[in-house]
Amino acid sequence: MDFGPHLLLAAIEGAVTAAVLALMAAGLSLVFGVMRVVNVAHGEFYMLGAVLAWVVASTLGAHPALGFVAALAIAPLIVGAVAAAADMTVLKRLDYDPERTIVATIGLLYILQQLTLMGYGPEARPVAPPFNQRLALPWVEWGDGGVQLYWPWGLSVTTYKLFVIGAAGAVLAGLWALMTRTRIGLVMRATQLDGEMALAFGIPVERVYAGVFGLGAALAALAGVLIVPIQQAHYLMGGDALLLSFIVVIIGGLGSLAGTVIAAILIGMSDGIISVFFSPTLAKIIATLLVAFVLVFRPQGLMGKPPR
Amino acid sequence: MLELDGIDAGYGPVQVLRGLSLTARPGEITCLLGRNGAGKTTTMKAIMGLLPLTAGRITLEGEDISRLPAHEVPKRGIGYIPQGRRLFSELTVAQNLEIGMRVRPSPPQVLTRVLELFPRLADRMGQRAETLSGGEQQMLATARALCLEPRVLLLDEPTEGLQPSMIEAIRQVVVRMKSEGVAILLVEQRLDAVMSSADRVVFIENGQVRDNADAADLRARPEMLKRYLGV
Repeated sequence: MDFGPHLLLAAIEGAVTAAVLALMAAGLSLVFGVMRVVNVAHGEFYMLGAVLAWVVASTLGAHPALGFVAALAIAPLIVGAVAAAADMTVLKRLDYDPERTIVATIGLLYILQQLTLMGYGPEARPVAPPFNQRLALPWVEWGDGGVQLYWPWGLSVTTYKLFVIGAAGAVLAGLWALMTRTRIGLVMRATQLDGEMALAFGIPVERVYAGVFGLGAALAALAGVLIVPIQQAHYLMGGDALLLSFIVVIIGGLGSLAGTVIAAILIGMSDGIISVFFSPTLAKIIATLLVAFVLVFRPQGLMGKPPR
Repeated sequence: MLELDGIDAGYGPVQVLRGLSLTARPGEITCLLGRNGAGKTTTMKAIMGLLPLTAGRITLEGEDISRLPAHEVPKRGIGYIPQGRRLFSELTVAQNLEIGMRVRPSPPQVLTRVLELFPRLADRMGQRAETLSGGEQQMLATARALCLEPRVLLLDEPTEGLQPSMIEAIRQVVVRMKSEGVAILLVEQRLDAVMSSADRVVFIENGQVRDNADAADLRARPEMLKRYLGV
């Protein structure tokens, strides 16, 4: 394959990574923004989403589309409820102290991971995509009569990958609308800006925190459900995803949804392209180097505000 | 009537209030005076339920509000204008007021009335709170508290750092609330402001009430100010 079509193929892989990463990192960023909790267990919520997608799809056993749609609805709900329960039973009792919540969420990480290993096992299991047509993509070349389109062999995308990109975009747009256009968003932003004043104006901050922690986890779980027809569900899949999410959130600026999306596209695309042309390890090295540069030259991140 | 009865409160292991008792009556301005660190702001926070009480109780019209969860306290009709304004800085003027309106919640005509009191805010509804001038921010903090139609209004140094015309505007609103029967608890450093508008003065020292006086008496016996404030 020529360089051009090869690059397009790599860019599509990158866009899928970016879409899933943006969803997951948006959840991490939301939780940190509103609650100031660095959620180390966030990757496990992503893993739980993927594992639950397999559980739901294989329990229903019906048409793949039906199982997948059911998983898309059920898995984020269950994971969100688990996270909200963890918030009320653990994080609340620590008074959301920044250091102690890190240790607590590390504990939560291992509990969720080991419970999954005990219940689900060490295998990687696939979920059938609801639809998976292959679409051949055209490329341009200079022929005898000027610019011509042709269909290079192997240059294609599946409809499911396009769906993942579209679904992530739609969910992120919905999240943005929730935060800026609704009463719930107003309450969450007020709590984020000044929790004590939110209480003094009748906002039940504890309930907001439980809801935000649940919502953040549900976003990670949704990312897990979307990726499982491409990647398979495995009990250790949360680790790499957590690392990339932290990279995205640090580069984008903690608490900024726009920054998170921009950084996810940057990291996802470079990860996809560099992985295809060089090696996945080099992609991670470059992403980590980028974080170092951001921390040195723009510690608040691309779109974050400097502390006042 | 808001009554504090022998309350102890503080920040973690540091006890600030020691058996503090005071009363704020409807249609009166009760002013808390005391040196820095005496416990004036802590008293305000304790009333709002933001600090746990280790002893004593706080009642509003006979209802014990000190056992309520903190977010239920403002729903009983207590509006808080904190020191340093503490606006929701990235939200617009309209959104800050909306949060005040949602507390109980208040009928829409309340917002109209509040904006009549502060016409400058009506022109800036879409502006972010952090972009307002200091005086406008204080107006917004006051308006936000008035949006919940308070029976009790807590004002913590409302005139700090404001120019005289703004101080006068805030003072007029406070006096108007008083005439409408709101119980007002005021922390104020500027004695001239206290003397001209307060009905009762409570002196606080080391987290305890040392003395109570009618403002009229205080004008006749200024030596009390010297004793508790050193001025």
